Amino acid sequence: MNLLVDSHDVYAYTGAQDFDAARNPLIFIHGGGLDHTVWLLQSRYFAHHGHGVMAVDLPAHGRSGGAPLVSIEDMADWIGRLMDASGIETATLIGHSMGALVVHEAAARHPVRVRSIVTIGISVPMPVTDALLSAAKANEHDAMDMVNIWGHGAGAQLGGNQVPGMWMMGSGVRLLEQSAPGVLYADLNACNEYRDGLEHSALIECPVQVILGRDDRMSPVRAAQPLLQALAHARVTVIENCGHMLMAEKPGEVLDLLIAALKEPAGSA
Amino acid sequence: MASPDQHRFDTLSLHAGQRPDPTTGARATPIYQTTSFVFRDTDTAAALFNAERAGHVYSRISNPTNAVLEERISALEGGVGAICTASGQAAMHLAIATIIDAGSHIVSSRSLYGGSHNLLAYTMPRFGIETTFVDPRDPDAFKKAIQPNTRLVFGEILGNPGLDVLDVSTVSKIAHEAGLPLLIDSTFTTPYLCRPFDHGADLVFHSATKFLGGHGIAIGGLLVDSGRFDWEASEKFPTLTEPYPGFHNMDFVEEYGPAAFIMRARKEGARDFGACMSPSTAFHILQGIETLPLRMQRHVDNTRKVVAFLDAHDAVDWVGYPELPSHPDHALAKSLLPRGCGAVFSFGLKGGRAAGRRFIETVRIFSHLANVGDAKSLVIHPASTTHHRMDARALQAAGITEGTIRLSVGLEDADDLINDLGQAIKASQKVRVAEPT
Repeated sequence: MNLLVDSHDVYAYTGAQDFDAARNPLIFIHGGGLDHTVWLLQSRYFAHHGHGVMAVDLPAHGRSGGAPLVSIEDMADWIGRLMDASGIETATLIGHSMGALVVHEAAARHPVRVRSIVTIGISVPMPVTDALLSAAKANEHDAMDMVNIWGHGAGAQLGGNQVPGMWMMGSGVRLLEQSAPGVLYADLNACNEYRDGLEHSALIECPVQVILGRDDRMSPVRAAQPLLQALAHARVTVIENCGHMLMAEKPGEVLDLLIAALKEPAGSA
Repeated sequence: MASPDQHRFDTLSLHAGQRPDPTTGARATPIYQTTSFVFRDTDTAAALFNAERAGHVYSRISNPTNAVLEERISALEGGVGAICTASGQAAMHLAIATIIDAGSHIVSSRSLYGGSHNLLAYTMPRFGIETTFVDPRDPDAFKKAIQPNTRLVFGEILGNPGLDVLDVSTVSKIAHEAGLPLLIDSTFTTPYLCRPFDHGADLVFHSATKFLGGHGIAIGGLLVDSGRFDWEASEKFPTLTEPYPGFHNMDFVEEYGPAAFIMRARKEGARDFGACMSPSTAFHILQGIETLPLRMQRHVDNTRKVVAFLDAHDAVDWVGYPELPSHPDHALAKSLLPRGCGAVFSFGLKGGRAAGRRFIETVRIFSHLANVGDAKSLVIHPASTTHHRMDARALQAAGITEGTIRLSVGLEDADDLINDLGQAIKASQKVRVAEPT
C-alpha cells in the first residue's frame, strides 16, 4: 500500500490483504537500517487473522521516500500522521529495536490513539557505541557488519534458520546494504540521542508487552531493567537462545507471543 | 575500527546451518528421512501453506537435513540462501526457469561442461529460450551479444575443459549495466578457491557431486542466491516483481526483499519441477563439505606437482593449467584464484588419438570415467565422452582436440600419481613409435 505522508511517498506492506482500518489495525515498525521485510511472517499472519496490517517503511527506508527522521520523537509523531493518512483512529503498535523506541514514545505522546504496544528488543536508553556511530557516519561497511554480528545471537551466527535454506547472517547484512547512505547513521544516532524515554514511561497507560532475547548484545536484558521497572504493568517475556534480531532468529516464538499478546493484552497502567 | 569477528571459512564448513539436535543431542546432522511433517494444529497448517509461518511441509520443497546443507553453502559462498537440487544440471535449470520465460535469450560462455552446453544449445530452444555462445576470454563479446530480450549471462569460473578463466568482475559489470544477473557454475573451484559473489556474480550453482561431496557417492546440486541483484530496478523480471497467481499473488521482491529469487525458486521451482535432493544425499554432501578446506588444498597441492611433472615431460605437447605462465589466463588466475586453480586440467600427449587411447588404457591408479572432483584421481578423453555430441568445429571452439586428456587429480600420494602417469605416458609413446599418426 502506498500513502502520502508529509508530502512524501510512504510504503506499507499489508500482509497481502487489502488494508482495512476498521479491522483492529496493527502497525509494525522496523529497526534501524531495515525495512518492512523483517515482519514478513508476523504481518502476513495477522493480515489473514482478522487484522488490518501495515508493516511500514519509515521515511528513506525500503520503498518509502523522503529523508530519514532524526529523532525518536519525530518518528513517534510521524506515526500519528501515518495513522491520519491511512484512516486509522486507534491501533496496536509493534516495534523492534529503534522501532520499539518509536512505539514506546508514540504510546507516551499519543495515548488516545494507541490501544496497546509490543516492544521487541528494547532497552531505554539505547546507547550506541562510538565505533559503530563513527563507522555508520562514514557509511563504512563495517557498520553493517557490526550491526549484523552484534545483532545475531551466538547460535544464530551458526545458522539453524526456521525459514528453510536461508542463511541469517547473509540475509541480515544484505538488507542493511540496501539502505541508502546516511540512513543507518541517522537511525543509530536517533537511538543514541533518545534521552527521555524512561521519564515518558509514566505517560504510557495502554497494555505493554515486552519481548527480549536472552543473548541480545545490542539491547541486553539487563539494560532493559530500568524500563521494566518504569513500566510496572508490562508483561515481559525473554526468549532463550536468541539475540537482537528476534523476528529472524525466532520467528515462530515471536509470532506466538504476539498472538497471545493480542488475544489477552497485559493489564493497563 | 575493524568490524567484529565472525566465523571463518573452516569453521563454517563444519558448523554452518547445524547445531546439536535439541531433542536427542546428536552432534552430527540427523538424516530426516521423511516425506512429510506433522502439523501442530490446523491453524499452524494453514499458516505454513500461506507463508505466515516458517517450517517444513513436504520434503520435495524443504527438509531439515537439506536445509542444513543449504545454509552451509550459503554461508561459504556469502549468499542469503540456497536450495538443494537433484543434480547440478537441475540447479542450472532451476536458475533459468525461475527468471526466464519463452522468448528470452541467454548470453553464455562457450567453454562449458557438455551437459550445460546441451541444455542451452539443444533443449532450451524447444522451450523458446535461445542462447548466444561467446568466447569467455573476450568480455566485449558478452556485451555485443546482449539483446533486448536477454535475461541472463552465464559462465564457468574455469571453463570445461580448457580452463579458460572467466573475468567475473568485468563480465558482471557488463551484465549489470544491461540490467542482467550473472550466473556462475562454480563446480570446479568451490567457495574455497573462489567466491564469485565477492567479484560481482549474482547467482551461483554447483554440481555438489564433485568437490563439495568429494567422495563420488552422491549426485546433487546447489543453487545459491547472493541477494544483491536489484530485480525491481532492472524491470526485466516479472516472475519476481509482479503478483504470481500460482502462490497467493505473491510479489516476491515486495515480500522477501533480497531473498526474492531463492524464495521463488523454492515456492515455484521446487514445488512444480520437483527436482529435489534426497535427505540422505544432503547428509553425504554435508560430510564432504566438513573437510572441504583440507581436501581442496590437498587437491591443489597434488595438482601442482602433477602439472610440473607433465609440463617438463618430453612426450607432453602442452599442459593447460592457469598457474602456468604459458596459460593465456595466467595473470587473471593469479588475482581471481590465489589459492589455486583447482584439480581438473587437460594436457596433450604427443602421438594424438592413438597415444591418448593407449595412455587411458594403461593408467593404474587413475580411473577412466565421466566425473571429476572425486577424492580418487580420474581421467577421461573428452572428445569421445563428455563432449561427444560436439562436431569438430564445436570442439575446436571449446578448446578441445581429439587427443586431449583431462585429469581430475585426487588425494592420493602425489608421487604415486606421478609414477602412474609416467608409466602410462611411456606406454603411450611406444604406441606412437609403432603407429605414427
